[in-house]
Amino acid sequence: MSREDYEIVMGLEVHAELSTKTKIFCSCPTEFGGEPNTHCCPICMAMPGTLPVLNEKVVEYAIKAGIATNCEIAKNSKNDRKNYFYPDLPKAYQISQYDMPLCERGYVEIETEEGKKKIRLTRIHIEEDAGKLNHDEYGRGSLVDLNRAGVPLIEIVSEPDLRSSKEVESYLRKLKSILEYIEVSDCKMQEGSLRADVNVSVRKKGATEYGTRTEMKNMNSFRSIVRAIEYEADRQIDVIENGGKIEQETLRWDDVSGRTFPMRDKEDAQDYRYFPDPDLLAIKMSDEYVEEIRRNLPELPESRKKRYIEEIGLPEYDANLLTASKYLSNLFEGASAICNNPKAVSNWIMTDITKELNERELEPDQIPFTAEQLGNLVVLIDKGTISSSIAKKVLVELFENPKDPMKIVEEKGWIQISDEGAIKEVVLKVLENNQQSVADYKAGKDKALGFLVGQAMKETKGKANPGMLNKMFLEELNK
Amino acid sequence: MDISREEIIHIAKLANLKLTEAEIEKTLFNMKDILNFANTVNKVNTDNVYESIGATQNYNVFRKDEIKEFGDRDILLSNAPEQEDGMFKIPKVI
Ligand SMILES: [Zn+2]
Repeated sequence: MSREDYEIVMGLEVHAELSTKTKIFCSCPTEFGGEPNTHCCPICMAMPGTLPVLNEKVVEYAIKAGIATNCEIAKNSKNDRKNYFYPDLPKAYQISQYDMPLCERGYVEIETEEGKKKIRLTRIHIEEDAGKLNHDEYGRGSLVDLNRAGVPLIEIVSEPDLRSSKEVESYLRKLKSILEYIEVSDCKMQEGSLRADVNVSVRKKGATEYGTRTEMKNMNSFRSIVRAIEYEADRQIDVIENGGKIEQETLRWDDVSGRTFPMRDKEDAQDYRYFPDPDLLAIKMSDEYVEEIRRNLPELPESRKKRYIEEIGLPEYDANLLTASKYLSNLFEGASAICNNPKAVSNWIMTDITKELNERELEPDQIPFTAEQLGNLVVLIDKGTISSSIAKKVLVELFENPKDPMKIVEEKGWIQISDEGAIKEVVLKVLENNQQSVADYKAGKDKALGFLVGQAMKETKGKANPGMLNKMFLEELNK
Repeated sequence: MDISREEIIHIAKLANLKLTEAEIEKTLFNMKDILNFANTVNKVNTDNVYESIGATQNYNVFRKDEIKEFGDRDILLSNAPEQEDGMFKIPKVI
């Protein structure tokens, strides 16, 4: 038996930090960073006698996420306590939701090689984040920072519908893009505002029962999620092939060694003794309230995609890539509005910008220049101020040191030479210095023209208008 | 519904409680008593009774999403036995 005889079965638990201004149960700011324990108060530090009050935006944002992922929104909901001891959890329980989550039974559609596939969502519920443990200088103790404690999260739980690391990646990218579009989370994996735990099991192809699953935590990039899945699936297949049994356990992914390690105290880990939080009151959602949120939901990627294909005439592949991220899509729309040339903007994003992002290992939300600057770059090409080869250099500058493209072009002296007199001067000089090519051309070797144009470009450091050069060489040669 | 001695020991362990033999017996007796009460209540006919969540009929008590900084870290940390760099210092956790 080999790897090909097995099927990987996966479900995801995705945590997204909500971009509310304040924490879920107190008025402390949720802002990332800040000196340790400065975004804290007696409530999120769990001082005795304090009482939580639910942030209304947290409920609204979770319902937005539910509607955008085709969930049913509960009419009645409540908060429950999830009990466990860990020093980053000051109350020794996390306020979460157990049997009455805000949203249930949704789905997200992803593109696979076999076409569209629905990934079913079990539920979306609200809960609070934990604090952070730091290590002291000498490794003698741990230091607790509770700035993140009480930051609102939604947990999005999927059914075990995912079958490959590629599907997991598309699913996560789709979720990320939806949450960004509806503006409930900024989904920055590098800051931990989007995190995924992956439940992995393997089974022989054709089997109807699921295998025993393990849960993997601590992956903080798309790349490490894909690597962790590949590693864990191989490990499980290996164990089974060697006659062993998979143990249900929680594993921690270590990105440096590229391996998973069991997390301790697993035997009691699942026994959280949930019960309704008596400090909080029931949540009831009226149809009107939910409808109001539905009406005001921003345009979702699917709808933008349709618009790009039908109204602008972009190929489906391009429309898919542009709408995969809100940032790319906004960049595209913003730049197009300025230069009125959406196809050119799309081309820049699909080719040179994508290439730069890959080489610099950046995500679209880290693009340093604005839509206006990209739009102005396209304007400069369309007006003939710069050639497209110079424009590529301007784009690199926009990544390095973003400012208005016209300023870059002026400072670098990259403005295209379109002055007839100046071009003629260059053409005559090149003709004089390349008598052999002139003779070749006259003898019928058309390729010689290309060489001459190339020489003129070299002479002008790429700034000559290529159309004018061509035309003028032909005029001179055919005299 | 009933509860066993083993369950009492398990729950005590989850709650980080160390119970003596006598305390286990006493807790078992009290827990059984509570469950008996619940079992009796469970027998009440609740057809047509409105299902409530929690002890009061109040619902949707929310807070506006407006920042109010507490602004006094020193007082928040003041009861901690040990602190360092503005954080609570605790025994080492891996
Ligand atoms: Zn607080």
